[in-house]
Amino acid sequence: MKFPYSEIVLEHFRHPRNVGQIEDADGKATEGSPSCGDMVSVYIKVDPESKTISDIKFESYGCASNIATGSIITELAKGKTLDEARKINWKTASEALGGLPKIKAHCSVLAVEGLRSAIQNYEERHGLVREKKPTTEDEIHRRLRKVMNPLSGLDLERTNLVKEVQLKDGSVRIAIDLPPDHQFSNSIREEIREKIEPLWDIKEVVIDFIA
Amino acid sequence: MTGKRVYFDNSAATRMDNRVLDAMKPYFFDNYAVATSEFAYSEGIDAREALDSFRNILAASLGAGSEEFIFTSGNTESSNIALKGVALALSRKKGKHIMTSKIEDFPVLHSARALEKEGFQATYLEVDGEGFINLDQLKTSVTDKTILVSIQHANQEIGTVQDIEKIGEICREKNVLFHADATHTFPRVPIDVKRFPVDLITVSAHTIHGPKGIGGLYVRKGTPITKWIDGGFQEFDIRPGMENIPGAAGFAKAVELVTSDETRNLQAMRDRLIDRVLAEIPDTTLNGHRWKRLPQNANITFHFVEGESITLHLDMHGYAVSTGSACFSRSLESSHVIMGIGGDHERAHGSIRFTFGRYNTMSEIDEIVGTLAEIVKELRMISPLGKEKTEDMK
Repeated sequence: MKFPYSEIVLEHFRHPRNVGQIEDADGKATEGSPSCGDMVSVYIKVDPESKTISDIKFESYGCASNIATGSIITELAKGKTLDEARKINWKTASEALGGLPKIKAHCSVLAVEGLRSAIQNYEERHGLVREKKPTTEDEIHRRLRKVMNPLSGLDLERTNLVKEVQLKDGSVRIAIDLPPDHQFSNSIREEIREKIEPLWDIKEVVIDFIA
Repeated sequence: MTGKRVYFDNSAATRMDNRVLDAMKPYFFDNYAVATSEFAYSEGIDAREALDSFRNILAASLGAGSEEFIFTSGNTESSNIALKGVALALSRKKGKHIMTSKIEDFPVLHSARALEKEGFQATYLEVDGEGFINLDQLKTSVTDKTILVSIQHANQEIGTVQDIEKIGEICREKNVLFHADATHTFPRVPIDVKRFPVDLITVSAHTIHGPKGIGGLYVRKGTPITKWIDGGFQEFDIRPGMENIPGAAGFAKAVELVTSDETRNLQAMRDRLIDRVLAEIPDTTLNGHRWKRLPQNANITFHFVEGESITLHLDMHGYAVSTGSACFSRSLESSHVIMGIGGDHERAHGSIRFTFGRYNTMSEIDEIVGTLAEIVKELRMISPLGKEKTEDMK
């Protein structure tokens, strides 16, 4: 049989490691949603003294790429300190999996986001992070760096697709340098909404495709 | 896995029948002249006679006259010629409005969008939860500028068969041309153009164990259609290009080989799969109408799991199926058909299309149900969705 995935990806897809929930997790997070097609939940147990991840589990509603990335991410993060685990990125995961198809970047990046969000959740619950800050244009740009450009496998910011970000009174307008009927415009729009709408002080997200 | 492969994606392509290949062979090796050489040498006359004999078979299978059937390279070209040809012919005389449905296959949908870019107005009719267009909406949406209605005979994904007789009657009343994409019905679900008020019909050989790269377009005599592919005068000066006589021979043979017994057998396999999956695998939904559907199509959503993961596991077990999941598609778009019938992304992502053909057997149906149950159970165990309903699986 011929697959668009490496043998390592297929192995993790067939036999994903660290699957399930941790009932009394110290940190947990869910990234994505059924509406964007993929969803990952990550649960961590943290040793309070060494701040290392002593146990980690994940659940996935997603494709092969998503499941395999969830599996490898949990393998990589186990035993690492929170700061070390936070540095695990999509590239790390992709390399450990023997490569992922670029077009599948958006499916697999969620597991990375899930791990980081679970760490953030742990830190918030243990008073290790600052207070809520008002959203800035920089924060919007930071989040847009987590939205993949499926044309290249890199994010929207690095591939210069974000032409403009305006933020005023809780309303965000984002201009994307693609035509409205581009094959990826709908999926990009949904991913942007997923990333920006949950911010506590954002009331409206308007996305214009301007090419 | 035993190494045996089972192919359940017969709406994408079918295994060509050996008898079809036998029918094609002489036109590769013995009589390979082009039909346009008919006034030059004997081989050309033979080629012309052969092509016309295949045309007669195909036209007759629709109840049409042979001058009303043109050969094309397949359903994509047929639908393009129908929509764009009529648009070119009538836009100046009558208007620039066309109508179709939201769940058409891409050759029609994308032709409509291409025409919009050229200044046409297109209405995309909504469909109900089973995929049927609303005949009242069709009636009220026709304007005096409407030149063409294009509604598929059956849907490529969910299999729902439209009432094209009634659609045609409405088009007649409103004095509008009607094109039906019959790629997936022809000739299993009969159409008789003497009875059915249809002006243009798209058909293709690839869905009935014929060769790829040959299809046809029925054009009712007198239908205004403008040629827009430039070349020679072949195919009644509507579709220029070298005649694919081996393909036409294969197409005609493929049509002759379709029998009502075979269609009943496909329907029995369809019903067995639908009945068993819905009864034996919890949280499953049939997409499309239960009975008014293609005899060879079953489309089922397995909730709380993602379609590409199911297809990949099935592939590892030796089964080839299709899914409406975005992850399966290079465009990263969920099935526009499942979304069109009011399904959400989750329903689209977990949808699997099984389409059957001549070489499938009932035992293959029974075997895949057990395999599916195991795969879906395993994927649900790692899914964060629907925990309440899958708790007993843990």
